[in-house]
Amino acid sequence: MKFAKIVSVLCCGLVVQVAQAGPKIENWVAPSGARVFFVENHALPILDVQVDLAAGAANDPPGKSGLASMTHALLDMGVSGMDETQISNRLADLGAQLSGGAEMDRVSLSLRTLSAADKRAPALDIMRAVLSSPQFPAKVFEREKARTVAGLKEALTRPDSIASKAFWAAMYPAYPYGRHATPESVSTLQRTDLEAFYRSNYKAQRAAVTIVGDLSRAEAEALAQQLTAGLPSASGVAVAGIGQMPPQQPIAPAATEQRIAHPAAQAHVLIGLPALKRGDPDFFPLIVGNYSLGGGGFVSRLMKEVRDKRGYAYSVYSYFMPMAQPGPFQIGLQTKKAQANDALKVTREVLAGFLAEGPDEAELQAAKQNIVGSFPLRLDSNKKILENVAVIGFYGLPLDYLDRYAENVEKVTAAEIKAAFARHVTLENMVTVVVAGE
Amino acid sequence: MTIRYMSRITRHLLPLAASLMTLVPSVALANPYEQQLANGLRVIVKEDRRAPTAVLMTWYRAGSMDETNGTTGVAHLLEHMMFKGTPSTGAGEFNRLVAAAGGRDNAFTSKDYTAYFQQVPKQKLEQMMQLESDRMRHLNLDPKEFDQEIKVVMEERRLRTDDQPQALLFEQMSAVALQAHPYRVPIIGWMNDLLSMTVQDARDWYERWYVPNNAFVVVVGDVEHKEVFKLAERYYGPLASRALPARKPQDEPLQTGVRRLTVKAPAELPVVLMAYKVPVIRDVENDVDPYALEMLSAILDGHEAARFSKSLIREQRLAVSAGAGYDSTARGPGLFYVQGSPSEGKTRTELETGFRKEFARIVKEGVTADELARAKAQLVASQIYKLDSMFAQAMEIGQLEAVGISYTLDKRMIEKLQAVTAEQVRDVAQKYFRDEQLTVAELDPQPLPKSPRPQSTPAGRH
Repeated sequence: MKFAKIVSVLCCGLVVQVAQAGPKIENWVAPSGARVFFVENHALPILDVQVDLAAGAANDPPGKSGLASMTHALLDMGVSGMDETQISNRLADLGAQLSGGAEMDRVSLSLRTLSAADKRAPALDIMRAVLSSPQFPAKVFEREKARTVAGLKEALTRPDSIASKAFWAAMYPAYPYGRHATPESVSTLQRTDLEAFYRSNYKAQRAAVTIVGDLSRAEAEALAQQLTAGLPSASGVAVAGIGQMPPQQPIAPAATEQRIAHPAAQAHVLIGLPALKRGDPDFFPLIVGNYSLGGGGFVSRLMKEVRDKRGYAYSVYSYFMPMAQPGPFQIGLQTKKAQANDALKVTREVLAGFLAEGPDEAELQAAKQNIVGSFPLRLDSNKKILENVAVIGFYGLPLDYLDRYAENVEKVTAAEIKAAFARHVTLENMVTVVVAGE
Repeated sequence: MTIRYMSRITRHLLPLAASLMTLVPSVALANPYEQQLANGLRVIVKEDRRAPTAVLMTWYRAGSMDETNGTTGVAHLLEHMMFKGTPSTGAGEFNRLVAAAGGRDNAFTSKDYTAYFQQVPKQKLEQMMQLESDRMRHLNLDPKEFDQEIKVVMEERRLRTDDQPQALLFEQMSAVALQAHPYRVPIIGWMNDLLSMTVQDARDWYERWYVPNNAFVVVVGDVEHKEVFKLAERYYGPLASRALPARKPQDEPLQTGVRRLTVKAPAELPVVLMAYKVPVIRDVENDVDPYALEMLSAILDGHEAARFSKSLIREQRLAVSAGAGYDSTARGPGLFYVQGSPSEGKTRTELETGFRKEFARIVKEGVTADELARAKAQLVASQIYKLDSMFAQAMEIGQLEAVGISYTLDKRMIEKLQAVTAEQVRDVAQKYFRDEQLTVAELDPQPLPKSPRPQSTPAGRH
């Protein structure tokens, strides 16, 4: 989970070289109101389609945490005319893969299919049905509720999961991002809650459709409309994904340090605060700066001080996770119980040093060299292109975001990084969670 | 693949490559290309010009199964040490140079092999080959670096095994199911062996296995194969070969009855893990059973409505999770795994019985033509999807070669899978899913100690 987040941050965060623009993104609004992003590419007989909807956990009504996630999970477990077994069998018969993801801001549904018409068309029919006529069958609902509760109870025994939940709750007191599903909240959900959540959130106007692969523009236009025309009707006009999330800003937390006992051999340490919103002008200085602090794999300051010099941890990192409202800046590590406090001290010193000085010139150049130089690696498969373009589409980032990425990275100065960190990474709002510390 | 230094690899359900080149007009028929250097190093190049990048993988046929008792984990420890410098590249420099090249690098150790890779913009391939060849024979193995790195590896073990109930269960199951073969030992090593490991252990390992005649190089990307062969000759060519130690088979003695074990750890959900001894592919052309076992695995757990999910989770509501796993390619002995957690109110015994009934049903009724066709349709599609990733293509080639199967047989293996009949699936179910070949491991979840309320205090100065 955590590492998946890092990857998505890097993917969405770091791209492009001036000499190598991003893929050509065609963009239009379907008659349904859904925004469409299309990258045509005939090199392989594959088609990828992703629909992102502003229907993530941040939309859970108070007391009903887990509703968005369950609604999403049940989409393909029974549609008009097909039960869950028929859906899954049919997709497998076609060699098609339907997958999904549920985050705070968005839920996603992704289809990978062979592009030959006899495979593609029936696979897309199923995807359309999953989006537009989920039945939320009562028996399936009860079963999945029980499985979800079992999974949540298991998670409550895991130190990493306990730490993550406590960390988000501490960063976002009294804000939707800080709530999480519990066995209790899920137990109270009713089937009708899912239907109601679906009706009010799964609307074409809240959807971004990303299409990558072996398809023509005309086919893509038809496909996007076909997929989204059956979503619950809504009034109003298309809006960019960003800004349709909880309208009020989260209130910055006061600095706290929370210690939670656990029998694990290792302490899990998380430090951070709400820091960065999608579209923030400080995005580039923060991303470039974080490379030197804790984002650049083995060459970051945190890795050198915590892992290489002291052998305190296998994994230590920092990242920004930009979201519709300010998403976390997070530092994390795991270390054996007895040295948790030492590792925490070193980590805080590294952070304080970076905030005070910013990166030195060599670090800044190394960061730019890697971020710009690795641009081609970030877009060298249809799957990677899909992930990047879906983020651009959902969050309403500029269509030339990838094309101008390298230029924006190159422009960043050390002074800008220092100033941006001072604005976004404020120690007086920093929360710390230590699970299984001594 | 996001964590540096993976200690194990999760193989895909059907870990076989298909060329299917007719579907990909841009790929020349002779592709991939291969050449062997005078020192024994083989170089395999697959041209893929979809993006201006390349992946370089250097594979060593030395994994945890080549270790001996007392130094378990040394294969993986050495993998870590490979980033700690040579006379020409200081400690940590390797990572810095790859990063400066706009690249990403990592390494992984399995039971069968250890492999290192770099993904780079194509113009940086030469520099990567230079760096990689340098550390094949010139590693420093500095004692001070070792002292830090062994601590990192112990933290890795705590993170991935000691604090992970299911990983502990798997580790202990392996040690019971297998008694003679070194597959019984965890890749990361027993903690006590890590605690007593020395830099000399690492050096012995390096000297024994890190030679060109025990390695091969795979390159996939926007490259010209002749150019890659030239570079390989320039950088890897001068390294001297050396005779390898004899490798003994260490075959398992015959198991004659079910084995059982229990692991207690802090958790909520009980787990049942059943492992049956089964064969793996030794003769691509003439073997039958391993292919049938692959199809059986897909029929049991290949999609959301495959048998385990449909029957055990959805219809009977006996389990909250249920899965199967089998890898037909390995240097050592094969195991077919079945794993699940019972639903609330159901016991581990009931779930074990449920799994057994699924096998009995297959023995009695066989599998349907639809089920088999479905598994094959997924197989065909997955071969095409794999072409979207250069990394996946390089992994296919490397994993086959590492277990002693030529990558040129990949297409033949797919044909063999597609030729599997319902009768053959039923036969393997009857033949192998017996108590004589079974080990059952159970996770007995323990409640967390009652903890005081979380203590939250305003933080002091950071």
